[in-house]
Amino acid sequence: MDLSIQTKDLGRVYKIRGGKKTEPKTLVALEGVNLEVEQGELFGLLGPNGAGKTTLIKILTTLLSPTNGSACVAGLDVVKEPQKIRQHINMVSGGESSGYGLLTVRENLWMFSQFYGIPSAQANKNIKELLEVVGLADRINTKSSDLSTGLRQKMNIVRGFLTEPDVLFMDEPTLGLDVGASRDVRKFIRQWIDEHQDRTLMLTTHYMVEAEELCDRVAIINKGHVLACDTPANLKRNLQQDAIFRLEVSPLNGVPVDVFESIQGVRKVVHTPQDGASILELILSEESVLGTVVNTLSTQDLRILNLQKREPTLEDVFVELVGRSMSEVEKND
Amino acid sequence: MTEITKKHTGIPFFFQTVWARAYPRVVGQQREKSWMFFDVLLPLLAVSAYVFVYKAINAPEEYVGFVIIGGAMTAYWMNVLWSMSSQLYWEKEQGNLALYIMSPSSMMAILLGMALGGLVATTLRAAVIIIIGGWLFQVPFEVSSFTQLFAVFVLAMVALYGMGMMTSSLFLLLSREAWHLANLAQEPVYLASGFYFPIKSFQFWVAAAASFIPLTLGLDAMRQLSFATGPALGFLPVPVEILILAVLSAIFLTGAFLMLNHLEKLAIREGRLTESRR
Repeated sequence: MDLSIQTKDLGRVYKIRGGKKTEPKTLVALEGVNLEVEQGELFGLLGPNGAGKTTLIKILTTLLSPTNGSACVAGLDVVKEPQKIRQHINMVSGGESSGYGLLTVRENLWMFSQFYGIPSAQANKNIKELLEVVGLADRINTKSSDLSTGLRQKMNIVRGFLTEPDVLFMDEPTLGLDVGASRDVRKFIRQWIDEHQDRTLMLTTHYMVEAEELCDRVAIINKGHVLACDTPANLKRNLQQDAIFRLEVSPLNGVPVDVFESIQGVRKVVHTPQDGASILELILSEESVLGTVVNTLSTQDLRILNLQKREPTLEDVFVELVGRSMSEVEKND
Repeated sequence: MTEITKKHTGIPFFFQTVWARAYPRVVGQQREKSWMFFDVLLPLLAVSAYVFVYKAINAPEEYVGFVIIGGAMTAYWMNVLWSMSSQLYWEKEQGNLALYIMSPSSMMAILLGMALGGLVATTLRAAVIIIIGGWLFQVPFEVSSFTQLFAVFVLAMVALYGMGMMTSSLFLLLSREAWHLANLAQEPVYLASGFYFPIKSFQFWVAAAASFIPLTLGLDAMRQLSFATGPALGFLPVPVEILILAVLSAIFLTGAFLMLNHLEKLAIREGRLTESRR
């Protein structure tokens, strides 16, 4: 199989403005990233905000130089042959406001298609077809400034697919969309990759469900490092021998989570406070450990409101790798 | 959309890009009618103030015409300043710049498209200012050579928009300071270019230095060619001014190409191409 994307020991360090000249501040956004994405794959980069996903996408789309290592897209080096790479790629970002509000949906899409050399008549034909597919055909002559966020994102997604890229990058494509619009977008993405086996799609997301539902393989990334890379099923398989429980208990009210973490056989605990309750996500080395956990709850005067055993998810994989849930990482970093 | 589209390449692709980027500006003007107020009526007020000053001091009749032409050319300067030079900053904030850079089209074609679109849209505004101003104040136009007048206008525009393209590449690196720089450049150019008076009023070397701004010589030559007493108030002979404008055009267009290439690489290296919020 041909490789569409390959990175070797890829790194990027940002100089931060405002640092003293003698002691310039730097931020390591990516470090030692090694990835190989095959042609025809829908590959996901999963990680919290600030993990380095967007930096990686920027490097692969020739918008940013790496400071270490190398990266190739469609077999071409991002630093040495950016102009050639640009003939093969396109990118869609979540929440982007590209285009011009005074132009209609068709005109905006037509304009961007022209920057890829698509003949005008063909572009207009493709625009109509794609707008039908994403359910935006009735808005073809609406000014883009009059579109809702969800409809605007659908227009952006059409822009990405319109130029028939060999490698398409989607950076948080469902960011800010409601549930229905997100589902439509995911469905369209999956359908496109299934119908175009010679194309490759790299998608970044911090939504676990999105990565799990869409991606053939997923790389979990945090603080600029790739922590694991495999199919969602294989990533979860490592946790299959563990027992995963979701406990809803009365509010912890100052009881430290360490109390549960120190129990032998408890591998990870994630605590999420809720209105009038506390949620404890537990990864246990074996099911029998639950008894000790229940006893501990009892000694701390905590009541169990609900208890569920569930299959491992990518969220559990993330917790296993990082030690905290993705929302905790986003909140604290 | 199952068949693979055969895409344009080379020169047809270059001009396809130019037209595509010019399109929003040409069409945008038709859809945003407020330009008639902001870009015609307001400049006419400034022009009127100078006209009344000249009339009050009994200045030569041609001065009124000088001011009308200056007022019309102000529209081009505003367009270059706010819609060319600083445009890439706004494009960056909007997320368009990354899409332009990432596309296989040439950035020179994109800038040229911006320039041509702006030029077409502004010409309409400038023409309205000249027609209304000329009619209101009964300006005695007396064109000595339409060919030379056309040549001066075209060269002045090529040089001016070439300068806009060159400075716009600087804005690849800038953030909010772009706004301040554009503000800073606005008024001094009004003065140095002689928008409302002949630059012969300056000392020779001051006028020569001001001639680096393409509008200065363009305006001076157009005034010489449009009024009977124009040559007497001109800074340099028209053929010399045409020659200098041609040289300036070549310098600014070449400069734009070189600076764009260099600054694009620098911006990619320093990570300044994408909008600051991401």
